[in-house]
Amino acid sequence: MDMLVSMLDATFRVATPLVLAGLAGLFSERAGVVDIGLEGKMLAAAFAGGAVAFIAADPWLGLLAAMLTALGLSMVHAFACVTHNGNQMVSGMAINIVAAGITPTLASAWFHEGGRTPILPTEGRFRPIDLPLAETLQDVPILGRLYSDVISGHTAPVYLTALIVPLVAYILYKTRFGLRLRAVGDNPHAVDTAGVSVARTRYLALACNGVLCGMAGGYLSIAQSSGFLQDMTAGKGYLALAALIFGKWKPWPTLFACLLFAFTDALQVRLQGVPLPIIGEVSVQFIQAVPYILTVLLLAGFVGKAVAPKAIGLPYVKSR
Amino acid sequence: MSTARLTSLPRWVDLGLLPFLNLSAALIVSGLVIALIGENPFEALVILVNGAVGYQEAIGYTLHYATNFMFTGLAVAVAFHAGLFNIGGEGQAYVAGLGVALVCLGLPGWPWWSVLPIAMIAAIVCGAAWAIIPGYLQAARGSHVVVTTIMFNFLATAFMTWMLVDVIRADGQQAPQSAAFPPSTHLPTIQDMGAFLGFDLPRMPLNLGFFLAILTAILVYLYIWHTRWGYELRTVGTNETAAVYAGMPVPRLIIVAMVISGALAGLAGINEVMGVQHRLVMNWTGGVGYVGIAVALMGRNHPVGIALSALLFGALYQGGSDLAFEIPAITREMIVVIQGLVILFCGALENLFRAPLEAYFKPKTV
Repeated sequence: MDMLVSMLDATFRVATPLVLAGLAGLFSERAGVVDIGLEGKMLAAAFAGGAVAFIAADPWLGLLAAMLTALGLSMVHAFACVTHNGNQMVSGMAINIVAAGITPTLASAWFHEGGRTPILPTEGRFRPIDLPLAETLQDVPILGRLYSDVISGHTAPVYLTALIVPLVAYILYKTRFGLRLRAVGDNPHAVDTAGVSVARTRYLALACNGVLCGMAGGYLSIAQSSGFLQDMTAGKGYLALAALIFGKWKPWPTLFACLLFAFTDALQVRLQGVPLPIIGEVSVQFIQAVPYILTVLLLAGFVGKAVAPKAIGLPYVKSR
Repeated sequence: MSTARLTSLPRWVDLGLLPFLNLSAALIVSGLVIALIGENPFEALVILVNGAVGYQEAIGYTLHYATNFMFTGLAVAVAFHAGLFNIGGEGQAYVAGLGVALVCLGLPGWPWWSVLPIAMIAAIVCGAAWAIIPGYLQAARGSHVVVTTIMFNFLATAFMTWMLVDVIRADGQQAPQSAAFPPSTHLPTIQDMGAFLGFDLPRMPLNLGFFLAILTAILVYLYIWHTRWGYELRTVGTNETAAVYAGMPVPRLIIVAMVISGALAGLAGINEVMGVQHRLVMNWTGGVGYVGIAVALMGRNHPVGIALSALLFGALYQGGSDLAFEIPAITREMIVVIQGLVILFCGALENLFRAPLEAYFKPKTV
């Protein structure tokens, strides 16, 4: 029970940035713009968040800076891919590489701590929040334990994320903007014919993408750890992309894919050096590889079928 | 993703002026980043150039880095010609290093010239093996090769960590790396070759792999533009539907393109692992696969262009280390920034200057 509780607790913490980045990718890809730049945008946001939260000693200002930074990079992506019909893969890759280079460069130039930002003071970080009655309900069997140890005691961005998932689902399926966004990703010509600007819709989608991606990055440096570390995203952006594909470009399934991947991560930490029945000791690397293997199998159509938005990856050019 | 795009631009503008403008834009933004750090960009440029080509060892290092980038750049270019964006060069090269290491460790006492062909085959097979699955999945099941190659990069990291930690780590050693290769298997360095011809050269990592890279570039050129297979490859990349109607075996061509791409990336292992490191170490690739993307994009996917841009990136890497040494405020990661900006301006924002240039050079109608 203790192990399960701590694993579930860890799952929520690890899943939060994945969910935020996955939903960020969802906005962009449902609008037809591939975003492999999630990784770089998260990293840049994590740096900006860590830096501003340290200077201002305020986590919310840090989070705002993180969101603005990722938003800026999303606009670069939009400028290249929507305005100039550039290759979306190449643009995303460029953002990843620039972010991987510029964050340690600026960090060591400005803070002189070798590619990281200074450790945040307590008031510069998001602190765990105890939900009401968490103490009192602790002794209630199972449910009380789940409430006080798994649900309660996370930081504000975790709860914010829990609210964002239904919000994104609502925007995507119940609002006019969501309808247009999905249409732009499936059939931009039809949207154009209906008199809605494809470019404007894609820019808006990428703006939402930037804000969410910035939250994901900010969470890493301000809530999960106290400060920015070089390459601290460590592939989480790509993992979020995998979760998005695994979730078939839909909000709720993407959330579950993120939780699943986060759970394998929590599992892998616990399984290090522990021999299992029958198969013996499983190598850590194998468990780390599981999300990637699953994604490849899914993409190959061996585990269900992932159908991408139809116009994904294609720049929209009005035929003359 | 086709590279054989129709353009109304004169050839010298398309192949000369346009890449120059794109590169200049990337360098100007890089200069702004250096200014943001509070250093003088012009001073940095002087140190960078001097560090890259200013003395004998510098040139040796520049050419050595360029060798790796040529292999990975050619890898990206071959896939590009088939309309595929192979981001997996990093993983393919990494795994190929394992093949090279196993051959070198397994043939102690053999002279290098007899080990080299076997090691090359091992590098080719391992690199190709890591690319064939994404290639097959793209061709047969329509899984996008960009996403699968990204996944395969992570799988390569996990697989190689496991190999280095649990399987081939040398006995009694803490660091996750293989035993040192027998000295007889080391590729001759430029110093050895110079001594053979009577020149006295300083010690530098430049080795036989450099000449191998030039030979490979020539072969790739012949393959893409002077064989039937290359013609088919370019047809698939330019217009897949036309290729189908022409009766070309498109799925097979896609797989072959990925296999060749992976094999080319794998050859970087010969230069780096067999030529310089002389043992298999963790993350020996250090991003060469990603630099290959920038090199291919800037070199317009042509072997001559790739050789030139590989040289430029080699100079950036070598000059960048000197720069980091001379101006401590600028770290080695600054090179990565420049690399990313080159990909942005030469790749994603390729049309930024194209449209104005096309308007300017439009044939005058009377």
